Amino acid sequence: MALRPFPWPRVVVYAVLVAFALFYLLPIYVLLVTGMKSFQEVNLYRMWDPPVRFSLESFVKAWFGSESQGFRGISGNFWNSVRLTVPATLVSAALGSLNGYVLSKWRFRGADGLFTLLLFGMFIPYQSILIPLVQVLSRVGLYGTITGLIFVHVVYGIPITTLIFRNYYATVPGELVEAAKIDGAGILGIYRHVVFPISMPAFAVVMIWQFTSIWNDFLFGVIVTPRPAVQPVMVALNNLAGSYIVEWNVQMAGALLAALPTMLVYVILGRYFMRGLLAGSLKG
Amino acid sequence: MVQIKSLVTTRWGNGRWRLRNPDRVIAVLLVLPSLVVIAVFVYGFIGFTAFASLTRWDNLVPDFSFVGLENYVRLFNTQRFQIDLRNTVTFTSLFLATSLALGFLLAVLLDRRIRVEGIFRSLYLFPLALSFIVTGVVWRWLLNPGSAELGSTGVNLLLDTVGLGFLKTGWYTDPRIGIKAVVIAAVWQMSGYVMAMYLAGLRGIPEELREAALVDGASEFQVYRHIVIPLLHPITLGALIILGHISLKIFDLVVAMTGPGPGFSSDVPALFMFDTTFRGNNFAQGAGIAVILLVMVAALIVPYLVYSLRTEVQR
Repeated sequence: MALRPFPWPRVVVYAVLVAFALFYLLPIYVLLVTGMKSFQEVNLYRMWDPPVRFSLESFVKAWFGSESQGFRGISGNFWNSVRLTVPATLVSAALGSLNGYVLSKWRFRGADGLFTLLLFGMFIPYQSILIPLVQVLSRVGLYGTITGLIFVHVVYGIPITTLIFRNYYATVPGELVEAAKIDGAGILGIYRHVVFPISMPAFAVVMIWQFTSIWNDFLFGVIVTPRPAVQPVMVALNNLAGSYIVEWNVQMAGALLAALPTMLVYVILGRYFMRGLLAGSLKG
Repeated sequence: MVQIKSLVTTRWGNGRWRLRNPDRVIAVLLVLPSLVVIAVFVYGFIGFTAFASLTRWDNLVPDFSFVGLENYVRLFNTQRFQIDLRNTVTFTSLFLATSLALGFLLAVLLDRRIRVEGIFRSLYLFPLALSFIVTGVVWRWLLNPGSAELGSTGVNLLLDTVGLGFLKTGWYTDPRIGIKAVVIAAVWQMSGYVMAMYLAGLRGIPEELREAALVDGASEFQVYRHIVIPLLHPITLGALIILGHISLKIFDLVVAMTGPGPGFSSDVPALFMFDTTFRGNNFAQGAGIAVILLVMVAALIVPYLVYSLRTEVQR
């Protein structure tokens, strides 16, 4: 049997795999080489050529902006994104963990139906809530602020974080919880001493997922924070790239800088990233 | 009052009230904030948007006088919206078909005991870590056709270099291509996801099953056709749902890459909604577009959610 396991020539298989690897790498290549070229060297008609002389000019200009040309760099917005993404990620992970715990180990009547209603919130086009969202945020003084954005990301992160934790806790044996109950532990005690300590893998998945989606968000940023100084980095990048006075190599350098945190997370924690992706498809 | 009280409390022999099962109450209290917030910020807000779409609120000052379906009638008679709906159908069908086919192909190839499988897998998945804005910015330059006088740029330049110059096109600057150019960038970003889902699925199929069929004289193709692909149906469905809802509401990628394009050739409803509402201040009209978007997504998602819940209960 083992004599003919691969009827396709191995060479063809590898050739196709390599060809697609190039397809996925090409844009990254352009992003990198363009950012590293000096201004004299940058030329749209030579965009595939590697840089002759390594230079960080484009990155510096994308980061700090240019007063003479009159455009802002993305540094301030980058830090806005940090100040927004970190707390929003932590709070939504904590909420998701509690929700997932209750909805998988303390099911009350109607819990499954409520969970389905909750899940729907994960798929809605946010256009369908933006108009009242802006009204309500302005009414309570959160419109145009980073705090407002944190709040929005926490709220609309509830469905996915609850889903991932609920799926994870479903794999925790019920006997573990029952045994702790017999020992006299209450719902909160069981969470603290039994469930939370074994939740780290789920926390990793959820936090990477939330970090990536909040960092990469554009829609909420552009709607909730109209002032450039308050905007998160993806909105700033879009402004930078949409401006006719900004050179294209500066745009590319800006794109690379804005993408750096999530790229690093992917490179360092890719395993968990992958699990989060698969968890996003409901069945885990 | 006593009735409500008796739901959560019980009277002990000594006459003191005591919580019947405090844990059950705490359980509800723990999820209550999330449920309330979702009830208001998802369902309440959707209700408000639907209501706003039936009013005359067409400037910064809210005007809630009821006009019935007038906004929807006007919307469906608006050329931009008609083009948007066509673009959504084109984008969604091309994006889903290409991503599923490519994802499946890569998963099948990677499942053949490839030496450096991990490296290939990481490369294919890599774009998923990026924002649609970053993807849009990069692909805007890659698919920038250049000009006849000054020469080709981006992908066209690459085609020239490798002798495939006859394949050059105007990409998103050509109204006949428009949104189809955005499909390329979207497939680049999302097909790795489909690959990962299929690969996980393939790994879940017992090796013996395939080997038994091969021993029985089935060809490799027949094994895929009659055993592997049917077993992967749930994954195909999941991928269709996930990519489908992303595709219907696509916004960021179009904003960063092309904008509405010449003759709205790359415009989508989400972008039209944004322009109408937040640039044009025509809130009622914007709400109408949002409701139509929601209905399209719900038509895809709700049956799937109900189906998922049912099969879960059966388990």
